[in-house]
Amino acid sequence: MTVRLTRNEPRPGYADRPAEAAISVSGVRKRYGDREVLRDVGFDVPTGQVFALLGPNGAGKTTLIRVLTTLIRPDAGTARVLGHDLRREAPRVRELISVTGQYASVDEELTGLENLVMIGRLLGLRKRAATERAGELLAEFDLADAASKRVALYSGGMRRRLDLAAGLIGSPPVIFLDEPTTGMDTRSRGALWKVVTRLAEQGRTIFLTTQYLEEADALADRIAVLDGGRIVASGTADELKRTVGGEAIELVLEDGTVTRETTDGDPELLREILNRHHRDGRAVRSCTVRKPTLDDAFLALTGHGATTREDAR
Amino acid sequence: MTAAPAELVFTKRSVTHSLRNIDSLVTAIVAPVAIMLLFVTVFGAALDTTVGGAYADYVTPGVMLLCAGFGAALTATSIHTDVSKGFIERLRTMPVRASGVIFGHVFASVLRNLASTAVVMLVAVALGFRPTASPAQWAGIAALLAAYILVFTLIAAAWGLAAASVDSAGMFSFIALFLPYLSTAFIPVENLPDFLEGFAAHQPVTLVIESLRGLATGDPDAGTTLRAALWLAALGAAATVLTVALFRRAARR
Repeated sequence: MTVRLTRNEPRPGYADRPAEAAISVSGVRKRYGDREVLRDVGFDVPTGQVFALLGPNGAGKTTLIRVLTTLIRPDAGTARVLGHDLRREAPRVRELISVTGQYASVDEELTGLENLVMIGRLLGLRKRAATERAGELLAEFDLADAASKRVALYSGGMRRRLDLAAGLIGSPPVIFLDEPTTGMDTRSRGALWKVVTRLAEQGRTIFLTTQYLEEADALADRIAVLDGGRIVASGTADELKRTVGGEAIELVLEDGTVTRETTDGDPELLREILNRHHRDGRAVRSCTVRKPTLDDAFLALTGHGATTREDAR
Repeated sequence: MTAAPAELVFTKRSVTHSLRNIDSLVTAIVAPVAIMLLFVTVFGAALDTTVGGAYADYVTPGVMLLCAGFGAALTATSIHTDVSKGFIERLRTMPVRASGVIFGHVFASVLRNLASTAVVMLVAVALGFRPTASPAQWAGIAALLAAYILVFTLIAAAWGLAAASVDSAGMFSFIALFLPYLSTAFIPVENLPDFLEGFAAHQPVTLVIESLRGLATGDPDAGTTLRAALWLAALGAAATVLTVALFRRAARR
């Protein structure tokens, strides 16, 4: 099931596509053995937008990021970053992107400053320029005090920030964040959200994957839902929420079970649901009527919750 | 200062790692020194007659190789960590020669182990090691040691890339530690059990040790040294090919 919610039809012809799509993907497939991880994935990310790829564990998010960051080749399909074909111009693409992974891939034996200077030197900066740039980023990411501490002594949140800072040394216009807040506490997550928002304000294109609906809701201009290797829906958060109809009615029964139904906002349905429970002799402890969340949309689109699937990567 | 090639940046990184990992560095020196002390002071008197001379002179080349090999084996763990922690993967998404990481580890290993072997040799001198090599022969000793460390490090690199876990990467240290026992490092080949004699007489560690011993006593045997050099060249070439292939394979995962 593919729900297209975009008002301007997604792929009518080349001319209609936003001229400056930062990332454009079409027909991408990838299989490992007899497991199809990506099946005909396609979308465009306009320059300067925050794009969230939402999906449960095992949906293919990380595989797609690995394709888009030149780490693996797709079996079929094409992908471009700022107009450069990933297959034929991988070295050029690498100059335009940065990737911050689920696991902070910084060097634990080095200090925060040494890590950033090293990356700067690798990108061809002279020693002085690399040191200056490192200093700026450490300050920007609230790591100035820990600059000369070994990363092994950093907290998880600090490592992620350093990892992100390392990705920004070369000021790439396109930034990939693979589940940037997975495993973070609420406070670190809030801090990282602010960073993403700031990067977006600087005009960078951000592609992030997440399994948290509220994260996609809070950060993304557009969201695509990936499930079982397919994009099952794409659009803004509001558009996605609209797919599930008007409101959700949530009942908590006396024995603690929760039931959820969606309505088009007709109060008659609420009466009918409550009557049915009364008739069946099931006492209702509480009843809430609320606007749909992305969670509801996700459930409606994929037929299962947003959290996990057993075939995790 | 201008922009540096990736290999230089990575070598600096690996040297910094070595200097920060003082524990490993000390172990790499202390373990061989302890073994040498044990052999020279505890068994030395009995072994003097077996080797027909001062045992310290006999055993030092073997202990130096033990030290070099043991230290080089650490590279397996370093490289495995870079793969498993995603460091190399990050580099692959950057406009950087990611293979420079391997170069850095290998080059730093040669520098580190030449230094630790020099320390071991100084301890050996304190214990009665009296080399009589000419300056040219000293250069030969240094070159042979450097080549041995290089080859052993390349094998360790391949091992580290092939290893499934940090523990299996670390297992290479045991090979490095025990291989010299199956050579003429500690006792002459004719004193080894029969079933080991054939292996011990021809394995490359023996050839390198015998070459070092010859150079140290100012009496090198050209044939032995040539065979040692050929062995090292062949093993080095094979290990390089293997390392490159395994590095490529790691990228496809």
